[in-house]
Order: sequence, then structure tokens, then C-alpha cells
Amino acid sequence: MVERTPILNFVTHLVLFIGFVLAVAPFAIVAIAASHNLKDVNDVPMSLLPGSDFWLNIKTAWTTADLGPKLLNSFIMATGVAAGKVIISALTAFSIVYFRYPGRTFIFWLIFITLMLPLEVRIVPTYAVVANVLSPYQTILDVTGLSWLIEKISGVRIALSFGLLNSYTGLILPLIATATGTFLYRQFFLTVPDELTEAARMDGAGALRFFIDILLPLSRTNMAALGTIMFLWAWNQYLWPLLITTDQSHATAVTELKQLIPNIGGIPEWNIAMAGTLIVMLPPLIVVVAMQRWFVRGLIATEK
Amino acid sequence: MEKRVTFSKWTVGILFAVPQLLLIFTFFYWPAGQAVYWSLTLQQPWGGGNIWVGLDNFRSILSSADYWNSITVSLVFAAISTGIVMFVALVLAALTDRQLTGSRFYRVVLIWPYGIAAPALALAFRFILAPEAGFMAVVNQAWPGFWDPGLDGVDAMASIIAAFSWKYIGYNFIFFLAAFQAIPRSLIEASAMDGAGVIRRFWDIQFPLITPTIFFLLVINITESFQDSFGIVDIMTSGGPANATNLMVYKIYSDGFKGLDYSGAAAQSIILMLLIIVLTIFQFRFIERRVHYR
Repeated sequence: MVERTPILNFVTHLVLFIGFVLAVAPFAIVAIAASHNLKDVNDVPMSLLPGSDFWLNIKTAWTTADLGPKLLNSFIMATGVAAGKVIISALTAFSIVYFRYPGRTFIFWLIFITLMLPLEVRIVPTYAVVANVLSPYQTILDVTGLSWLIEKISGVRIALSFGLLNSYTGLILPLIATATGTFLYRQFFLTVPDELTEAARMDGAGALRFFIDILLPLSRTNMAALGTIMFLWAWNQYLWPLLITTDQSHATAVTELKQLIPNIGGIPEWNIAMAGTLIVMLPPLIVVVAMQRWFVRGLIATEK
Repeated sequence: MEKRVTFSKWTVGILFAVPQLLLIFTFFYWPAGQAVYWSLTLQQPWGGGNIWVGLDNFRSILSSADYWNSITVSLVFAAISTGIVMFVALVLAALTDRQLTGSRFYRVVLIWPYGIAAPALALAFRFILAPEAGFMAVVNQAWPGFWDPGLDGVDAMASIIAAFSWKYIGYNFIFFLAAFQAIPRSLIEASAMDGAGVIRRFWDIQFPLITPTIFFLLVINITESFQDSFGIVDIMTSGGPANATNLMVYKIYSDGFKGLDYSGAAAQSIILMLLIIVLTIFQFRFIERRVHYR
């Protein structure tokens, strides 16, 4: 930068180049393996020149793992989570930042704590809740004696039951129930000048009008960043979809990968497995490349 | 920090928070509470109610050799992968920050691996590291029996560490690079004027200034290694061979959903929750000093 350091510059270039090779090599190997036929892919060492069976393998992987509908499912889930997060977090942050009401700090902490425990560690009971999403409310009614009261008065026995297993709602909602986005918006809202709010109020705008016409347009960059991050995060979810989609028709592309692992003792169809991997890798990779700016911004902002 | 100007209709304000509150109550607080309840009772999977057993579930978990094995394995995994990931990412970010020709290119490409789903990259690495095909096969041809993640626990652990590290180097790289770029150029130029070389400047100026990021990433990597490892373990090793890669989240999953031992799984969840809460509190102590809203 400010001095001549030829040796160090050489080392810098060398190390960065090695880093680059390590980062890209797995992508390249997957793509090359996906283009070989069964014999070539199992050759030791595998030829690094692409073979000719690329489209055939892609087609086989596509039909074996039934990737068409699965990719659609992944896409619906990821879009749903991203959209839900972007909207719900904005609403909550607006409420926390722009209003004064009793219990506001309590609500803030209530949401804040959800940052601590990711879905993976409370997976078993969350599964039970999703199996009957109204069970918390049923239990509350039972414990408080309300359901007994209602049964006495009206003669109707309350049995709330609404299962979300094997549904898009069941896939999406639990993934939205965290606080990541809320704090991104909160940080941004706090930097919006008060004069803007004053001017809007002077012109007779209510809370809703201010939110929709002024605050949301201002938060466009945040929405893009949050949307990108959440899309990728949801697309890459594995444990949750694996659990709640017992029915094949709702499985996602990522969970379907398991079908492509060659069995021990079976035919080592690594070329098909790699073709499937490539298909599943591609959409998030495209999003990362196309939305690089928002992706980096979102990552750094959501984790703070 | 607080806003000076606010809206007066606070009933409307609460309404804005209701969707989020309903969601986190149903899918966060209730399940978390449920986990506590289950961990203190014995649940029969086929119904018939729960029997109160106090801390028996915890006692049986903590006296099980399998569980301690799982904790040890998780900690080994967390320690080694966090070490590799942070060291490599720090070196790459420091070098990229020197802004020689091509650094913008590296800035773009080195992030790509983070976008990939853990199971997808796990399948890729399973092939790359397979003992009979792919690239470790070449080594095996020279020294037969040198590498077999299907039979050797150390090899299996090395495979999942490789796959996890590959993904998270890019992630750590982003944060380190952002931290380096936040250091005022004038500081570095001034010390260069005083005759400090590149390496001297790194240890005396840049490294001390990015320590908050180092602490932050340390905690993030450890927590991520507990969670995001599930897909990698499930695709690459299924916890084997002989439980050598049976990480905590994987054990919760297999005990709860394959062994149908809800109470045991819930007790394990609680222990993992406590572990992560402790880590997070530790993290906020460092974060609080760093984040300024203005």
C-alpha cells in the first residue's frame, strides 16, 4: 500500500490464490464428476477433463430424486420465510421503536431472547406443537378451567386441533419465529431522523400512513439484505423439513439429496449424486452471486 | 437509545407487535417450556400421560457413557473446526485487505461456499473424500487402508471438520474483512511513516483493533458448529462409525425421533440450551461494548 514489499506481495498473491482454489475446487469437482459416466467417475484418479454425460446425469438425478416438485417446494418455503420475515419484523420493530406503551421493554426482551435458542436445539417439542398447532391454547384453556366452564355452560366440548405437518405453513411459520430481522430494522429505524416523523405528523399522517409511505420506502435496502439472507437460510434448512415432511409431496430439494447417496455395496452412481448436488447447490449460489452486495450487508447487519 | 418523537396511540402500537408475539409464543416459548416439562417427566410415546420423575432424566443422561461421548465429540469438533476456520479466514482477510491487484475478485469468490446448504456440500465432500472413488482414493492406492471414514472414527471426524470448515471460512472471512476495513487508513499510514513494516503493523495495530470481532466469531462459530453440523453429520457419517461423530444435535434427533425417547431427548435439549445460553451471554458482554447505534 505505502511501501514496496515484493516478497510479501508474492506471498500474498500465492496464499490468496490457494484460498481461491480451495474455495472453488469442490464446485469444480462436483461439476466435473457430474459429467462423467459411471465408469469414469469411479476411476482412480478421476479424470479432471469433463466427460460427455452431463445432461444425461442431470436428467437421471432430476427424475430419481423427483427434483422438479421438490425445487418448487424449496422455493415456496424460502420465499415464504423471506417474505414473512421481512414483513413481520418490520411491523414489530415499528411497534418497539415508535410507540410508548406499558410493557414495551418486556416485549423487547421477550423477542430478544428468541435469538438465543435456534430451532435445532428445541426441535422435539416444536415438532409436537406443529403436529397440533392449537395445542398450546387447548392446554391453556384446560389448565385455567375455561374449557370446563364452557362445557358446563354451552355443552360443547372444546377440542382444538389443527395439524400443520406436511404443509407449507408448518414448514414456514416456525422458521419465522425468531428475532433476527427485528433487530436489523430496529437499528435502522433508530437512525431515521426525528424531524421526518415530526414533519409527517405535522402534515396529518397517522402511524400507519407514516409506516407505509415513509418508513418502508426508506428501509428498502434493509429489506433486500434481510430478504436475501433469509431466502438462503430457509433454502438451506435441513433438519426441520426432514422432520415435518413425512409425506414425499412436501419434501424439499435439500432433504431429497439423501436419496442420491450411493448405498454401500450398491452401484456407486457418484455421477448421478453429484449431478443432483449441483442442481441443489445452484439456486443459492446464483442468489449469492447476483445479490452479493445485499448478502454481505445482511450478514453483517443481522448478526450484530 | 430512544426516540424523542413517537406516536401517541399505543393500542395501535401493540397491534403491530401482535403477529410476532403470537408466532414466538406458539413456536418458541411454548416448545421451550414443553421441553422443560418433558425433561422432568417420563412421556410414553404411545400416550397414557406423563409421569413426574424429577431430575431422573438428567441423571440417566449424565450417567450414560454415550452422552458424555457425544459431548466430547461435539467439543472436539467445535474446537478444531473453529480453530481452522478462524485462522484461515483471518489470514485470507488480512491479505485481501492489503488491496493488491485482484483483491476485489477474491472478496467476491471466497464468500461463495457460505451460500451452499450443509447437506449439499456434505454430499460433495462425501464423494471427494470417499475411500474408493474421488480423491482420497488416490492416497489409498499408494498406502492401502490409509483412509476410510466408514470404519475409522478419526477419519470420519476429519471429514466432517473439512466440510464444515469449507463452508464457514467464507463466513468468517466476511466479518474479518469488514473489521479490517473499518480500521482508519490514516492509522496504518501513520505507522508506516514511522517505519513499521507490514507484519509489525498487523500485530500492533490491526490485530488489537479486531479483537472484538475475534471474540464475536469465536462464539458464533462454536454455536454454529453445534447446529449447522446436523446436515453434514446426517449425510456424511450418520453419527458413526461407533458414535465417533455422534454430535449433540444429531443425538437429540436420533434419540427423540428414531428412539422415540422424548424425555431423554428433551433433557438433552435443555442441557444444550443452557450451554448455548451461557455462550450467548458471554458473547453479549463483548458485543455490548462494540455496538453503537449511532
